[in-house]
Amino acid sequence: MKTIADLLPEIPLFQGLSAEHLELLAGCGTNVVAEEGEYLFREGRTADTFFAIRHGAVGIEVSVPAREPIVVQTLHPGDVAGWSWIFPAQPWSFSGRAIERARAVSFDGACLRGKLEADHELGYELMRRVAIVMAERLRFTRMQLLDVYGRDEAA
Amino acid sequence: MAATRPRSPSAAAEPPDAIVPRRFRVLGNRRENEDTFTLELEGLDSPGPFEFEPGQFNMLYAFGAGEVPISISGDPGSSGPLVHTVRAVGAATRAICAARPGEVLGVRGPYGSAWPAGAGELDAVVVAGGLGLAPLRPALYSLLGRGPGGGRLTLLYGGREPSQLLFAAELADWAEREDIDLHVTVDTAGPGWSGAVGVVPALIERVEIEPERTVALVCGPEVMIGFSVAALRERGLATEAIHVSMERNMKCAIGRCGHCQLGPEFVCRDGAVFTYERLRRLFELSEV
Repeated sequence: MKTIADLLPEIPLFQGLSAEHLELLAGCGTNVVAEEGEYLFREGRTADTFFAIRHGAVGIEVSVPAREPIVVQTLHPGDVAGWSWIFPAQPWSFSGRAIERARAVSFDGACLRGKLEADHELGYELMRRVAIVMAERLRFTRMQLLDVYGRDEAA
Repeated sequence: MAATRPRSPSAAAEPPDAIVPRRFRVLGNRRENEDTFTLELEGLDSPGPFEFEPGQFNMLYAFGAGEVPISISGDPGSSGPLVHTVRAVGAATRAICAARPGEVLGVRGPYGSAWPAGAGELDAVVVAGGLGLAPLRPALYSLLGRGPGGGRLTLLYGGREPSQLLFAAELADWAEREDIDLHVTVDTAGPGWSGAVGVVPALIERVEIEPERTVALVCGPEVMIGFSVAALRERGLATEAIHVSMERNMKCAIGRCGHCQLGPEFVCRDGAVFTYERLRRLFELSEV
C-alpha cells in the first residue's frame, strides 16, 4: 500500500522535491474521498486544509442565494485546491464539491504552516510553486473575464 | 515536425470568376444554438459535389442584404451538400441564418489556405473555441478518416456556456469513439452540466502531447488563440507546428479591398490558415 509520501510525486506541485521534504509534507496529509455531490470544503468555513486531487473531478462553486450554485472551475487529477490555509483563520472563498467520485490528499493547514516556518528552504520552494499555480489561475480567470466568445461586430 | 502547409488555389492565381457568385439553393437549415445555424446548400449553376480543402471558406451572398466570408463546416470527403455554419451577428448573416429551404443564396469560392488535415502519421491536437469549431470540423473529418495508420487525434473544445456549444450530436458521438480524445470545457456553467469548467487553454496541459510528432490546429477568438498557442509552446510545440486561423479578419476573399491586411499578410489571399511562425510577429506587436 502506498504511503502519502509515495503518492505526492504524482501531483505536479510536489514533483522534484527531495524525499526528505516529501516526508515532511506527507506528515500533514491524509487521504480523503468525496462521493459525487459531496463537499470537500465549503465557502465561508475556516480554510484549514489544502487539497491535492488524485482522482475524479471537483467543481469550484460560488453560492447564490435562492439559486443553484455556479461552477466557476473544475479541478482534475494533479490539480490543487485552496491557498487560504497559508494565512491562519481565513475562510474559504469558494466551495469544492465532487462532480464525480474524487480522491485527494488533504493537508492540515496549521501543520503545513508550522513545517514551512521551521524549514524555510521548503517553505520558499512550496510557496514558489503555489505562486505559479496562482498565477496560472489568475491568467485563465482574466481570459474568462474577457468573455472572448461574446458577439463581435460583424456583417 | 510540422506538416507542409498546402497552398491556397486563390493564392496561386485568381480564377476569372472569382468575384461572380453562383446560385445555391438551401436544402436545410438547422439551429445549433441561440444565434448560430448550419445550412446545407445545393448548387444550381454547378451541380455535383462542392470540392474544397478543410479550412477554406466561401463568400455567402444574401441577395439584397450583403455578402460575408464564411468557412465551410462540412465534410470535404462527402458528395453531399455544401455545409456552412453561420452566426447571426449582422444584417447579412441574419439574412443567411433566416434562409428557409428552397430559398437561393449566392456563393463564390472556395478561397483560402487549408489546415494540414492530412497530417499523415503525425498526432494532431485540434483546439477550438466557440464558433471556431466550425472551420475545424472539415479537418476533423479528414483526420478521423486517416484510419489506423494515422496519428493520435485530440480535440479540445471550449465555449462560453453549455448551451452555446456547437454540433451537440456529433460531440456526443465523438465522445464515444476511440479514435478521438475529446475534451470539452465551458467558461461558466450552472446546474445540469457535469463536464469541465474553465478555459480551453487549461485543457492543453492535461492531454498527452509528444511535441516532436504533433501538429496543432487552433481556431477561435484571437485572445483564445494567443493563450492556446502559449500553452502549446509550453508543451514544447514548435511555432512551425502550430497552425492558426485568422478567419475573423477575412473580408472580400481575394485581397482586393485590403481590409483583411494584417501587416504583410492579406488574410483572405494568404490565409486564413497560417503557421503561427508566420504570424508570430503580429501577435507580439501592440499595434499592426
